[in-house]
Amino acid sequence: MKGFSALFLATCCTALVTQARAADLPASIGKGEGDLSVVAWEGYADDAWVKPFEQQTGCKVHRKYVGSSDEMVALTRMGGGKGFDVVSASGDAALRMIFGKNVQPVNISLIPAYADIMPELQEPSFNTVKGVHYGVSYEWGPNVLMWNTKAIKDAPTSWSVIYDKAHAGVITVPDNPIQIADAALYLSHTKPELGISDPYELTQPQMDAVVALLKEQRPLVKKYWALASDEVDLFKSGDAQVGAAWPYQANTLRAAGVPVQDTIPSEGATGWADTWMISTHAAHPNCAYMWINHVMTPKVQAQQALSFGETPANTKACAEMDATQPGSCKQYHADASAAYFSTIKFWKTPVKQCGNGQNNCLDYSAWQRAWQQVKQ
Amino acid sequence: MTGGRKLLGHVALLLPPFGWLTVFYLGSLFILLLSAFWQVDSMSGEMIHEWTLDNFRVLVTDETYRIIAERTIGIAALVTVTDIILAWPLAYVIARKVGPRMKLFLLVLVALPLWSSMLARIYAWRLILGHDGVLNWFLRSAGLPEQSFAFTNVALWIVFTYLWLPFMLMPLISAIERIPASLLDAAGDMGATPFQTFRTVIFPLAIPGMAAGSVFTFAVTLGEYVTPMLVGGAGSEFIGNVVYSNVGVSGNIPFAAAFSMILLVVIGAYMLVARRFGAFDGA
Repeated sequence: MKGFSALFLATCCTALVTQARAADLPASIGKGEGDLSVVAWEGYADDAWVKPFEQQTGCKVHRKYVGSSDEMVALTRMGGGKGFDVVSASGDAALRMIFGKNVQPVNISLIPAYADIMPELQEPSFNTVKGVHYGVSYEWGPNVLMWNTKAIKDAPTSWSVIYDKAHAGVITVPDNPIQIADAALYLSHTKPELGISDPYELTQPQMDAVVALLKEQRPLVKKYWALASDEVDLFKSGDAQVGAAWPYQANTLRAAGVPVQDTIPSEGATGWADTWMISTHAAHPNCAYMWINHVMTPKVQAQQALSFGETPANTKACAEMDATQPGSCKQYHADASAAYFSTIKFWKTPVKQCGNGQNNCLDYSAWQRAWQQVKQ
Repeated sequence: MTGGRKLLGHVALLLPPFGWLTVFYLGSLFILLLSAFWQVDSMSGEMIHEWTLDNFRVLVTDETYRIIAERTIGIAALVTVTDIILAWPLAYVIARKVGPRMKLFLLVLVALPLWSSMLARIYAWRLILGHDGVLNWFLRSAGLPEQSFAFTNVALWIVFTYLWLPFMLMPLISAIERIPASLLDAAGDMGATPFQTFRTVIFPLAIPGMAAGSVFTFAVTLGEYVTPMLVGGAGSEFIGNVVYSNVGVSGNIPFAAAFSMILLVVIGAYMLVARRFGAFDGA
């Protein structure tokens, strides 16, 4: 029976792949359709590069921002997936969209910048299935530890500060089931006896330990933030002083004059690698291809990297970064990306199959339930 | 002949509203009930149309959802009681103590906040209760210790009480107004003290007003999710938040439907109780 279902699955996938290869990959980019609906992370459709895009192509950009991968997946599935053209999916959302048939294969020969993408991101497993590209890798970065330097004088070097009673009531962490991986990563260092090797592959006993840690953390948490701007508000008002963040919040807060610092603690960090993908039902496919080509240019790649605090996929962006902000190419590891890339545990969708061949890991719906238990 | 025409006319008049209610209200409730027995594939997000009680099993066995339901119902009850206490003095003054011009002025003041966006008013409370907000600024100037209500259940209680107070005030005012002055005079003639008059005459006769107001304060608080999202903190999830995140974030509509069934049952039961206390008897 098992063999049969495996065979069935294989036939299905082959059918899907051949269909994708043969069918409707556009051979060229036609005239723009005048509009483009974008579903993106906060800060991913900035006026700095949206305005020039609109002028060059005549595609008017309509933006919708999200704060978590789950929200992004939900948004792209709403109304049968007809409400958007392009989406900036992180690795954990990308696979769900591919399997949910929410996104269509992309003809990379229409994306000139593809050749300049760092090798690790040309066909990563989260956006390329059996040789079919379902999107173009965009930018990537780590989830960082951020703190207010006025309130916390000694720079923390461990994630332990966000589990520390000394900071009760001023901690904030993302309201997101994937946050479980952050706690799992921390436990893999502090409690090696649990045997956590990959923070996204947790067995029930390992998950129980992680949930116990997160439940201890809950009384210390001021608020679980849902949108990046929520966390910015919390740090501005002083309600939060330390927490898990993206470099984007740290940059935004520093620009607003709030004394914050961010770091990758000694235990390492989880992170994201984002992909621009095109909706299966895109009403404006030409504008979608033009958008991807626009945001993959070294200039926009550099602008995005600097404003969000992440690393561009396009290796040619380095010079542009240094031209705008000297030393920034090195600061964001755009010069030696391969070594840095391997230190980050990138978001991926937890599935039943563990990496070690076992089938006793918890899938994502179990993660969502566990997160609800943590939040209560 | 004319009688038949008349009947036809009545039916024609009733058909649009009843048709509307049946199709759009009962119809969607029915679909909600159905989908509570389905499941969702976590990877592809597709609905699996197989009958299962799994959603209800999780709701019953996982204590998380019991805690959330208890918190929701508890805060809704607390808000209702607080609003009744706060509404009484003002309602009494407006209904019995001031002249018609002053009454109109006070009623406008009560209704005034309802003319502005609810979101704006909730955000205003964030600015009041925040760490460096208005309230702490006052406390600091007065040399008092600072509060840290922001993003706690206390903040939720304060904001809910504020939001729904007008909805308790209005029915209470009209209930107190309707008490015949002759009854109060009679109580006085019989030698009742003002407190006795209140306890034995005014309060019992105002119960329908309080019941009507509590339908608003209790039921509306029960179904809320925006306020907990904006002013609540860690451990402030309402049933509505779980429903919202299952629909809008994790795309698990069957589970959301199952949990919202509990809301429907609680509100239905409360309506029956409120009806016994005369909440729906004439206006």
